[in-house]
Amino acid sequence: MSERKIRVLVAKPGLDGHDRGAKVVARALRDAGMEVIYTGLRQTPEMIVEAALQEDVDVIGLSILSGAHMALVPRILELMQAHDLADVKLILGGIVPDEDITALQRMGVSGIFGPGSDTQAIVEHIRKVVPLE
Amino acid sequence: MSETPTLPPIVAAIRESRRALARLLTRIENNAAAADLAALYPHGGKAHLIGVTGAPGTGKSSLVNSMAKAYRAEGKTVSILAVDPTSPFSGGAVLGDRIRMRDLHGDAGVFIRSMATRGNLGGIARTTADMIRALDAAAFDVILIETVGAGQSEVEIASAAHTTLVVEAPGLGDDVQAIKAGILEIADILVVNKADNPGVESTLRALRAMLDLGHRAERIMHHGQLMSVPAAAVVGEDEAWQTPIVQTVATNGTGIGGLLAKIAEHRAYLRESGVQTLRERASLNAEISERLRELLLARLIERVGVARLQALIERAILREIDPSSAAALLLAEGVQE
Repeated sequence: MSERKIRVLVAKPGLDGHDRGAKVVARALRDAGMEVIYTGLRQTPEMIVEAALQEDVDVIGLSILSGAHMALVPRILELMQAHDLADVKLILGGIVPDEDITALQRMGVSGIFGPGSDTQAIVEHIRKVVPLE
Repeated sequence: MSETPTLPPIVAAIRESRRALARLLTRIENNAAAADLAALYPHGGKAHLIGVTGAPGTGKSSLVNSMAKAYRAEGKTVSILAVDPTSPFSGGAVLGDRIRMRDLHGDAGVFIRSMATRGNLGGIARTTADMIRALDAAAFDVILIETVGAGQSEVEIASAAHTTLVVEAPGLGDDVQAIKAGILEIADILVVNKADNPGVESTLRALRAMLDLGHRAERIMHHGQLMSVPAAAVVGEDEAWQTPIVQTVATNGTGIGGLLAKIAEHRAYLRESGVQTLRERASLNAEISERLRELLLARLIERVGVARLQALIERAILREIDPSSAAALLLAEGVQE
């Protein structure tokens, strides 16, 4: 019997130490029946993409509160391309100023969820963008 | 590269590309890789499979991390399969073992995969054995399998691994915990981790007392049944493996060298005593029988029809027929047609 589960890597790149949001999202995704690989704090872009490759995830969820998203996200997308992970969806949570949102979406970020986002909206977004054959 | 032309495409692919290996592991987990598994089976059997089990909080992930580093220093390639529980309510899981394995990042000789139990209760998932076969065919020298934080009966790892480590830590349980049946009986090596913590002496004393009480058991087939028998009956009193106790501090690497030496000793024992062959025969017998049972059941239900099964269930509810007679009736009807 084949049963496919959506697998999501939840990672916190950069140097800020606030992982409350990432943990809340990890739990919400678990409660929605997904398998969440939680990698913890202070991950480099290289670590995140390597983990995503080994774990064969459908989605990478990043939590960035440090304001470094305009440096970290392009680097992660570049590494994803290089490792043939272009089909993996990238979503972003944390503090992202409005003026950056369009730029990030244009780079290829699939969803952006700022403070106060409903976790159910994240679940629904993932279900929408991950094809379950 | 003289053997390259004879390799099936899937084996060549997973040895070449980590992405291909990762994708194969997903297909196996989703029960959609029967043909691949058949193709790669002849190309495995070389890796040493080491199971790491024990109660939550004993430091299994940190120990696996330190062991992997030490094996890498010996020049061996390592893959890690880390199993965490699936929530029985949502079917989802949070797999967090990678948090303690970050030292291994950036090393092409290491491959880490997290997996959820997906409803299985034995400490590993139903597909774990097949995942191990894929990693084995991918030609890793050592495969470390970390089970869920197990209590006393999550002992399935012993049939999936060659060498089973049971990890304990000071301050987690008293002497009575140590003599409870189950998980300690499957230990090929007992590891007392966090050995720099207070209370380590009493933990060691309790474990030694437990080992003195019982003799080592080996798992072999006897009259078609998987059984535990005293090791001495299999290999003789002198050659039987004596479960050693190894002290480690995984977070700073203390004792890891000694642990790897004991694991190597156990591997040599398994080979020289012939116990490895006995165990393999036992676990293959169990696996083939299990698969056969599934196939026969599916075939029979297909023949008699689900409706017929339902009808007999209804009659059993009314106490018109007992479950064994219902099964015998279904078999008779299915075989007759």
